[in-house]
Amino acid sequence: MSIKEYRAAIEARGGLLVVKQIPNVAFGDRVRIEDHAGRIRNGQVIRTSDEEVLILVFEGTEDLDLENTWVRFLDEPVVIALSPEILGREFNGLGEPRDGRPPLLSNLRRPVGGSALNPAARTYPREFIQTGISTIDGLNSLVRGQKLPIFSGSGLPHNRLAAQIVRQARLKDEDSGFSVVFAAMGVSYADARFFREEFASSGVLRNVVMFINLADDPPVERLTLPRTALTAAEYLAFDLDRHVLVVMTDMTYYAEALREVATAKGDVPARKGYPGYLYSDLAEIYERCGRIHERHGSITMMPVVSMPSDDITHPIPDLTGYITEGQIVLSRELHNQGIYPPVHISPSLSRLMKDGIGKDDTREDHPRVASQIYSLYARAQETRNLASIIGADELSERDRRYLHFADAFDQRFVGQGETEDRSIEATLELAWELMSLFPRDMLSRMKESDLAKYYKEGD
Amino acid sequence: MTEKSRVGVIRDINGPIVTIELPGARSGELVKIGELGLFGEVIILRGSRALVQTYESTDGLRPGEPARGLGWPLSVELGPGLLGGIFDGVQRPLERIAAQSGDYIRRGISIAALDRAREWDFTPNPDLELGAPISAGLVLGTVPETPTITHRILVPPGVEGELEEIAPAGAYDIESVIARVRDRRGVSHRLRLYHRWPVRHARPYARRDDGVVPLITGQRVIDTFFPQIKGGKGAVPGPFGAGKTVVQQQIARWSNADIVVYVGCGERGNELVDVLETFPQLDDPYSGRKLMERTLLVANTSNMPVVAREASVYVGLSMAEYYRDMGYDVVMLADSTSRWAEALREVSGRLGQMPVEEGYPAYLASRLAAVYERAGRVETFGAGSGSVTLIGAVSPPGGDFSEPVTSHTKEIIETFWALSKELADARHYPSIDWVTSFSGHVKTAAEWWHKEIDPDWLKRRTDALALLARDAELSRIVNLVGPEALSDAQRWELEGAALIKEAVLQQSALDPVDTFCSPAKQYALLDLAITLYKRGAALIELGVPVTELQDLPLLARLRRLKSLYSSEQIEQIRAFRHDIDQAMEAIRIEYTKQNALDTQ
Ligand SMILES: Nc1ncnc2c1ncn2[C@@H]1O[C@H](COP(=O)(O)OP(=O)(O)OP(=O)(O)O)[C@@H](O)[C@H]1O
Ligand SMILES: [Mg+2]
Repeated sequence: MSIKEYRAAIEARGGLLVVKQIPNVAFGDRVRIEDHAGRIRNGQVIRTSDEEVLILVFEGTEDLDLENTWVRFLDEPVVIALSPEILGREFNGLGEPRDGRPPLLSNLRRPVGGSALNPAARTYPREFIQTGISTIDGLNSLVRGQKLPIFSGSGLPHNRLAAQIVRQARLKDEDSGFSVVFAAMGVSYADARFFREEFASSGVLRNVVMFINLADDPPVERLTLPRTALTAAEYLAFDLDRHVLVVMTDMTYYAEALREVATAKGDVPARKGYPGYLYSDLAEIYERCGRIHERHGSITMMPVVSMPSDDITHPIPDLTGYITEGQIVLSRELHNQGIYPPVHISPSLSRLMKDGIGKDDTREDHPRVASQIYSLYARAQETRNLASIIGADELSERDRRYLHFADAFDQRFVGQGETEDRSIEATLELAWELMSLFPRDMLSRMKESDLAKYYKEGD
Repeated sequence: MTEKSRVGVIRDINGPIVTIELPGARSGELVKIGELGLFGEVIILRGSRALVQTYESTDGLRPGEPARGLGWPLSVELGPGLLGGIFDGVQRPLERIAAQSGDYIRRGISIAALDRAREWDFTPNPDLELGAPISAGLVLGTVPETPTITHRILVPPGVEGELEEIAPAGAYDIESVIARVRDRRGVSHRLRLYHRWPVRHARPYARRDDGVVPLITGQRVIDTFFPQIKGGKGAVPGPFGAGKTVVQQQIARWSNADIVVYVGCGERGNELVDVLETFPQLDDPYSGRKLMERTLLVANTSNMPVVAREASVYVGLSMAEYYRDMGYDVVMLADSTSRWAEALREVSGRLGQMPVEEGYPAYLASRLAAVYERAGRVETFGAGSGSVTLIGAVSPPGGDFSEPVTSHTKEIIETFWALSKELADARHYPSIDWVTSFSGHVKTAAEWWHKEIDPDWLKRRTDALALLARDAELSRIVNLVGPEALSDAQRWELEGAALIKEAVLQQSALDPVDTFCSPAKQYALLDLAITLYKRGAALIELGVPVTELQDLPLLARLRRLKSLYSSEQIEQIRAFRHDIDQAMEAIRIEYTKQNALDTQ
């Protein structure tokens, strides 16, 4: 099909443009739209028949007039140009430069939609990443190739935590860090600047590629942005053999943009107005992370999801949790007590921890320490609740010990601060110090041999 | 079935739903659409147009491209070579796809499920003579598919007549004709080592039987508290991260089934890799062979096309039924049925069907029931009895069990393992909640346990559940008025319940010793926990203060017993009884002495 321009729009609403009777347009193809003022917009075909073609317009349909809108079908899907030069650059959701520098010159162009990774080609992620953060390394360890989101809320320091992880993350006994793909969707200018400055001051900027769509940029573009960013990540990881850390913030704005478009299309809503396919759509993004047989590189992913009204059952965190390999949950209560990072361990989880820790990876007692701390902390939380009802004085001596543990744990283990980069050994040592507040016999998840080796006898 | 294909043309592409112009298309017919030849299935007919659900992404497809009707419905290949394999939602072999198309699945790729090049040692059934009457399900011969699984080559459903010819023992590839059967009209049918089966139809059997034996999973909270039977249907609902997949994988690892079909339906790719990488290393506790030899995987991971997700469950079921028809006990695990239901919703939404609840179509409940109905224990036509046990994970949005998929499933199944977020958050695994879970098979299980393990099984189980119920009651009181309000006896009840939870119910899948627990070990641990509790209660009745008992090292040791001794070391576990006797007796003597002194 030759590339022709048509003036055939018959309807424009909510980011969607309908054009009439253009034959043989391919599903998913990219479209260029010129409006009455000569401005160019980008679009993608989301339904096609000989009678009608439905186009999603990334910059929105505001201000379009049907008479003077010219539509050009580019006869190719949405693609991004790739070369090692992407590092250090900044793009928008369509892979166009945002940094005032010229577009990338490269013959390598890949469709951003990606295709499904064959599960039989994957390798199970097992390599422990030390983030230097005790609640993660000790209790919810991250491994190379894992997708581990940060569940947060407005005003909580998720960006600072993400930046700290980028700064500190490394394999144990290895110096080289990660190449970073940073994808920002709907964030404020200040947040984007924070990251830019963070990357600059920690000296990783040359190893970062940024894809940015700010709060006042067109929301529909947020739908391609993570896909574009992940296409770049796949290139870095599986073509250039790099270990890539993808930070995506904020998936909630992504999902809201998806809902906006779904509503305009008239899709049947499932929960809270989000379309039924939100799960699959998010999975297409999150599942692009991982390890592949006989490939040296890897993609590790840390998406930020802010929970609307701090509600973890809201469809966006909920469906995310159903797809990702765990979650790190931030708590407003801890934050208000001035504890940083305010990681609430109870609902936090890392599912891939089991193969990345233990004797050969971190230390032999590590899995049991994590399990024991969890069980003590759960009991301590119950005791706190009880104390708030009947008063701490009414508690038995045993129970008071739990309260003491919980406080020490929050202050010392969780609240390590923004500058401390703790080794896993230091984390485990601290854990033993706190566990040793209890008599040996109460640590029933530990082996006798662990206790003999690490238990700290009191005075 | 005419296998001549007809060619039509694409008219409209709406995501995975493609409208084609194809006169004579049949409902359920398989089609290949576009230049790429993407697989799809006709779901609705409107005049000369057919609406097709496509199993692959339709990106790049154009109206005007051709669409071919294949003349047959979505089917699977059934024959030797399935075990140990991993297939996608429409039974394409993923390992061979990776070898051919690389790390990413190329669209339109068409590779048969069963390897044509491989030869199998076929031994004809010695009881068959030429001229013998032949009917569906009869065993024509056998092939050693793996060292433990003998693959019985069955006469496919629909074939009846008399035996004209049977191949001698020897090596054959699956396309080789191994028997000829002449039907009543004189037509000769050539039978091969495999046949095809349309996945949306349940395979026939002679009659349905009641399940009579428990499925032993090696998981205490399941076998002892909420037992499943061979041929049963069960569900594992729970919020994200609660442990559904681990429960299913534990059953895949340790249950005493002959064959395991694991369907990863809309879940994570890494979870299947976990199975693929670990099962070939793990020993089956019953046969001593590698677990992978009895396992087959169906994978439609969450990033693979949604429509194939709907098909994957039927593909898995058809393969499960096929091994059942050979006389095997098969367990099929579907993780997660919610994603399957969402695939139904996605298609129905695109078709503009009226949603009834949370966007789901009105036929959700009946489709679910029909899927679970394919589980059961049956008398096969020619291979004795076999069973399919179906256990589905359910992923309720927001962990809300009142949502449509969970609530409809609950009405259909007999075993309900409800996972609790609170338990999971405290790392009490498996997080199967003893209050809201249920099993309709306790009676059947009791007969087995009483005969095989101990006649007191049901009594012990009831004691334990009663303690747990008291625990809930007393905890409520504590939360209102504080622990001081409780008597010593009541505090000991709390201690007893804690013992049941920690020494019996909690079982880490990651603990190399405790990951599997034999029925004998299960009973021994339960018995010890109850005994310790009862002895203590008797002492408290005598007036011994509860604090004397709470700090006994005995309690901590009982909690660790499960990880200290394996199922083979049952004597060491039973020996713990002496320790209980001794410690308790010592306290009793001490206390009576004290009492005597006091009263003097
Ligand atoms: N029996 C168990 N022993 C030890 N750990 C367990 C057990 N059950 C669950 N876990 C832990 O809980 C984590 C989450 O379990 P799992 O992946 O099975 O959850 P899920 O319910 O399937 O979640 P999702 O719905 O998101 O798939 C596991 O990675 C593991 O760390
Ligand atoms: Mg799961």
